[in-house]
Amino acid sequence: MASKVIHAIYNDDDILLQAVKQVREAHYHIDEVYTPFPVHGLEKAMGLADTRIAITSFMYGLVGLAVAITMMNFIMIEDWPQDIGGKPSFSYIQNMPAFVPIMFEMTVFFAAHLMVITFYMRSKLWPFKKAENPDVRTTDDHFLMVVDAGTHDISKVSKFLSDTGALEISLIENDEDH
Amino acid sequence: MYTLPNKLKLFAIIFMVVGALGIIGGFLTAPSTTAEVKEMMADDHGDGHAVAHDEDMTTVQAHDESVTSESHAAEMHGDEAHDEEHYEHVLHQLQNRPWSALYIASFFFFMIALGTLAFYAIQYAAQAGWSPVLFRVMEGITAYLPVASVIIFVLLLLSAFHVNHLFHWMDPELVNPESDDYDKLIAGKSAFLNVPFFLIRAFIFLAGWNLYRYVSRKYSIKDDTAEDNRWFKKNFKYAAMFLVFFIVTESIMSWDWIMSFDPHWFSTLFGWYVFAGMMVSAITVIAMVTIVLKSQGYLEHVNDSHIHDLAKYMFGFSIFWTYLWFSQFMLIWYSNIPEEVTYFVTRIEDYNLPFFGMVVLNFVFPVLMLMNSDYKRVNWFVVLTGIVILAGHYIDVFNMIMPATVGSSWFIGIPEIGSLMFFFGLFVLVVFTALTKAPLLARRNPFIKESKHFHY
Repeated sequence: MASKVIHAIYNDDDILLQAVKQVREAHYHIDEVYTPFPVHGLEKAMGLADTRIAITSFMYGLVGLAVAITMMNFIMIEDWPQDIGGKPSFSYIQNMPAFVPIMFEMTVFFAAHLMVITFYMRSKLWPFKKAENPDVRTTDDHFLMVVDAGTHDISKVSKFLSDTGALEISLIENDEDH
Repeated sequence: MYTLPNKLKLFAIIFMVVGALGIIGGFLTAPSTTAEVKEMMADDHGDGHAVAHDEDMTTVQAHDESVTSESHAAEMHGDEAHDEEHYEHVLHQLQNRPWSALYIASFFFFMIALGTLAFYAIQYAAQAGWSPVLFRVMEGITAYLPVASVIIFVLLLLSAFHVNHLFHWMDPELVNPESDDYDKLIAGKSAFLNVPFFLIRAFIFLAGWNLYRYVSRKYSIKDDTAEDNRWFKKNFKYAAMFLVFFIVTESIMSWDWIMSFDPHWFSTLFGWYVFAGMMVSAITVIAMVTIVLKSQGYLEHVNDSHIHDLAKYMFGFSIFWTYLWFSQFMLIWYSNIPEEVTYFVTRIEDYNLPFFGMVVLNFVFPVLMLMNSDYKRVNWFVVLTGIVILAGHYIDVFNMIMPATVGSSWFIGIPEIGSLMFFFGLFVLVVFTALTKAPLLARRNPFIKESKHFHY
């Protein structure tokens, strides 16, 4: 399906943030915004739903905790009990304080690593992935807003966007399948 | 300007009166002779034993008992002397109990005021942009510091002059080489741990903290009507100086006023441990007072994000406290050195419920309650968690002091609750009266605009 989008380029994050609010007020649809650095409050201005990565992180942490408990129980209690410091390892609960650092570390390890992997997958990022940003300047000092042209009058939208402070406005005809 | 609601004043005074009655009741019911101890113990045990006997009285057991009583008769002599010593010991513990209860409650509220002062100084020294709208709340809470300092110093003086025997090491017999009670370990520490030096230290610490509190409050008020940032700059400088003084003196204070209850025992992270409990209690109280004032229609510039940030600190410091609690516990548990491990053996054997219960209250509860970002903005949720955290940290102080002073004769009863109510009433009265003394917004603070617009 061919779609038309408008690329509006800004060079200041405050102007961009203001522009995003105005564009949304005018009921145009913003597909995406490319920024060289995280802009505070942008996701709220764009009306994006809150991230759920914190919930996944909590669950990964619980998995890590469970892994640590199972692992230490197998290694230190079942498979090869030893007498360390006059504390024979025949019972998990009685030796539990010694395992707490491992339980903690595994919880953090699982939560952190799996959260990063989840984030990459969710953002469709992987090694050798070709960059998606439409304009290399967005990796330096420019901000790019992609507005769905849809059935709107292009010249009207362009006029509106340049009033919001856009420096460059270009119409992109996209023939690729989505 | 805030005006003190009459209802709140009455509420505080009722708490103080009821609490004072409880304290007096605690002192009056403490036994003064071993005979009274025997009577009390007989009362406590008598009922339970009688019931048990009735139920279990079978011929076999009756036979068993007659055997054991015979063998007892042989040892009677040794037992009696031992018993007398035991009653004497319990007597001292029970006489210590109302004093300990008073000391714990007064220290608990003292530590809230002191922790708030340290948090306040951190905000100045860090030139924090989010918190200036809360400065007057913090200044209100630290207004309790002078009152608490006087009370705690009087309590320390009473111990020093042997009105009570909370501090075991203050007994001069222990450091007298001629005496039967000579204690080599305590004598070895007596260069540091002796009564005059102890009192001098206490005086210097209290004077230093109160001086900073007085100066910073004065300059904060002057800043309201100033032409330039002169007073802010001075406060910034004094805050940094205070923090250096504070972290050293707080550590020594925790050894002196808490760790020395167990004069043989030592822990090198004790100062930090007390500090963590102090900070989490202080921040919880800041959040609670802020929410109370906000619910009465004051502090119009305080928004959700400020409460959110305070709740984040409550969450963070709860975990920090647990980290230190566990670090202290695990190393001592693992190495299992007799002179160190006794500290935890006493607590686990005689104080099992408060000792582990407090970990649930101070760690599990805040972690689960405050983990979700949205809950940190729900005021009643923060207050509810705050109450649990404060209860947990009262029990923490209880666990630090009671085992050394009353041993296994502990109970959370009239003296403890009375003391807690009395100091709570006093705290509320002093803090909310202090809040009426100045506008609730430090309006000329250079960061006040940033703070008003603070948005997470």
